Amino acid sequence: MNRRNFILNSSLASGYFLIPGFLKPLERLLPNASQKKLVVIQLSGGNDWLNTIVPYKNDLYFKSRPKIGLGEDMILPLEKDLALNRSLIKLKDVYDSGEMAVINNVGYPNPDRSHFRSMDIWHSASASNEYIYTGWLGRFLDNECKNSYEAVEVDKYLSLALKGQKLNGLAINNINQLYKEVKTPFFNDLVSVAKNNSLNEDNQGYLYKTLINTTSSTEYLFEKNKLISNKTDYPNNEFGKQLKNIATFIGADSATKVYYISLSGFDTHAGQQPRQNKLLVDYADGVSTFIKNLKELNKWDDTLIFTFSEFGRRVEENASAGTDHGTAGNVLLFGKNLKKKGIINELPDLSNLDDGDLKFSVDFRSIYKNILQSWLQANADKIIPAAVKDFGVV
Amino acid sequence: MATPLGQIFHVYNRLGFGINYADAKLLSEKSLNEIINGLIVTSTVATYLTEIKKEDIPDKKDVIMDGMHKKELQHLINEKMKLLNSSWIKKLLETKNVLLEKQTLFWHNHFACRERNPYLMQELNNIHRKFAFSNFRDLLINVSKSAVMLKFLNNQQNKKEHPNENFARELMELFTLGRGNYTEVDVKESARAFTGWGFNRETMEFEFHEKQHDTGEKNIFNRKGNFGGEDVINMILSNKQTAYFITRKMYKYYVNESINEDHIKELAEFYYQNQYNTGALLKKLFSSAWFFSPENIGCNIKAPVEFLIGLSRQFNIKYSDHNVLFKIQNVLGQTLFYPPNVAGWPGGKAFIDSSTLIFRMKLPSALLNNGELEIDEKIDNPDDINKEEITGNKKFETTVNWNNIILSHQKLEFDALLKVFLCRMPEQNVIDKIKSDTALEKKEMILKIISLPEYSLI
Repeated sequence: MNRRNFILNSSLASGYFLIPGFLKPLERLLPNASQKKLVVIQLSGGNDWLNTIVPYKNDLYFKSRPKIGLGEDMILPLEKDLALNRSLIKLKDVYDSGEMAVINNVGYPNPDRSHFRSMDIWHSASASNEYIYTGWLGRFLDNECKNSYEAVEVDKYLSLALKGQKLNGLAINNINQLYKEVKTPFFNDLVSVAKNNSLNEDNQGYLYKTLINTTSSTEYLFEKNKLISNKTDYPNNEFGKQLKNIATFIGADSATKVYYISLSGFDTHAGQQPRQNKLLVDYADGVSTFIKNLKELNKWDDTLIFTFSEFGRRVEENASAGTDHGTAGNVLLFGKNLKKKGIINELPDLSNLDDGDLKFSVDFRSIYKNILQSWLQANADKIIPAAVKDFGVV
Repeated sequence: MATPLGQIFHVYNRLGFGINYADAKLLSEKSLNEIINGLIVTSTVATYLTEIKKEDIPDKKDVIMDGMHKKELQHLINEKMKLLNSSWIKKLLETKNVLLEKQTLFWHNHFACRERNPYLMQELNNIHRKFAFSNFRDLLINVSKSAVMLKFLNNQQNKKEHPNENFARELMELFTLGRGNYTEVDVKESARAFTGWGFNRETMEFEFHEKQHDTGEKNIFNRKGNFGGEDVINMILSNKQTAYFITRKMYKYYVNESINEDHIKELAEFYYQNQYNTGALLKKLFSSAWFFSPENIGCNIKAPVEFLIGLSRQFNIKYSDHNVLFKIQNVLGQTLFYPPNVAGWPGGKAFIDSSTLIFRMKLPSALLNNGELEIDEKIDNPDDINKEEITGNKKFETTVNWNNIILSHQKLEFDALLKVFLCRMPEQNVIDKIKSDTALEKKEMILKIISLPEYSLI
């Protein structure tokens, strides 16, 4: 080992990115130089996909849903007898331009109808009878990345999906505020002496690791964020603001590879229609603005948007004009150069249900594998050990 | 018999919300048993939250008929929710019944409920308080029959023709048995047993709607019978797994997030044999020798409310405006009466991420220096369905008597102060670095110590 390598390697082990001089040369040395960005949008609470991507020519749909079934004036037909909920009108152009893929019947064997468990399964990419305490994107960090800022959740909390064994993603709600808070002499003192010690596996070590990662990654993202001023108007809600933050980081060429946000409130057990429609409007307005913004920034070609929910809902509506927890649902993908576009696979079969719920035909982990392998150029088999095939849509 | 200060700090951290040095010194004359018993005895008398009156919350239909704008109603509810929040915070700041409030907080998280009806939320909180140390069955029945839980988990809509499984599922998964100890059949069949459990919309009291109840035979836990809701609860309690599930959760809360299965077995079997007497279980837990062993001290991460209340009580901070406390809870990631979902706050490390850790390290010096803390002008309403924004004032005032604090700590040097404020010591080079600033005044020493990451450990 020559001297230069020694310095680089030893500084890596001790949190090298605290030292600005090392930062830039090292970044160029990193093996994974892909510029591809993944944006994950989680619909929390269990979205009723049947009222999102509507099988509007199926009598069974209307039979099961006399109260909440969507009539002709409430949908926008796509193809193959499926239609968009009209609340998603802003995404119709995106679909028509071939930049959207709709995957039907996505789920996993022995589905769990509990929000928490099913969300854990989607986050950790586990089977329904195994318990994994790292997330699929956390393992991507472990295997393919060096810094926390390579996976950013724009939220107050970090989800399991972004928690790895060695490395966690970063939860950031407001980068400017965070930067002001970490640039103080006291913090600098602590970070300067604490980096080689205290970093055991217990809670004390966890606190210091979080502190060190936060300081260095915040500096990095702050400097990036300063580079551009994003003047695009987004819908005036939390989801819109979060998407705008992401677009700004992407526009500034941040080395972040994964962005993660959630939109919640989809647990519509009662009075579903107005609630879900409102949320879908927020979703479509936000996403369409985001895509337009990325096009202006010349980054759309390098961005893939992936949307999922922890489960779909029961086919039959309940007595309170709502729906209960179900199983399989849709996954939506948006991107410039999708290998397959439009409606990707067969329609949900409402005549062949499993105890009132849709049967899955696409394992969600095969989509993860596809995204990791083909989009993020990662070793997907290492991250998703399950024996599922690469779905091949991206 | 004198008790070492370290043990007193530990007892008050775990059974309450911390203690200041002067008070701990006074207590150290007493024996450890006396101190623990003192906390238990003080907590046998409950005083309830009464800030929100039933008539404060108008019925939605009446409001619209009265021509009051829907937004006004939302605003009213938001204000009353904040008032409810601050009434509990006030109690937490001032009460002597710390153990009672600590256990109420445990149940608040265990039977997590999130509804925009401040009166009903208050009543559920009072149930948690009233039955805090009683038989778990009494607590469970009263929670299950509370209007707000019936509403939250959609049991008002659980009818013979269309069973709604939400309550039955969460009852087993989150309130009693825990995952893996029931089947999908048990959930579906139990939902039928709970059909007809609802509440009266006028009185907001439990009501059994006989016509909506499914009287047919059900097959639950491999037993067949015409079971009703209470039968299901009895069957659940006769399963030891419930004792294990509750004990495990209480152990994580009071002792250590890392479980020692031997201790759990000892406690859970005792709980089961004592008909789920929660008070007896806690007494046994607090009198166990391992409760004081080093691996159980400074091992857990303070929940935001523990952090905020502990800090405020330790320094006797007075707030001019309780709104600021609402915002601080929100930023720290735990707003009372707004759990993220029916599973409650995940706790431990999940409370710590980049933003919340930094905020924790900034908060003490901000609050103890009369409020120079930057909180966003706009903080979202924690309610995720109605995204109305709360706009608030940035300025707030706190009053702290530093003369008293300095006086009571005047004989303590840096190393002694560390032991007063932290239950887990930082690495030596961290200590050296902070100490190296020789010009440190006592006030600055204290502020630096409580700004360390270790102040988040309990």
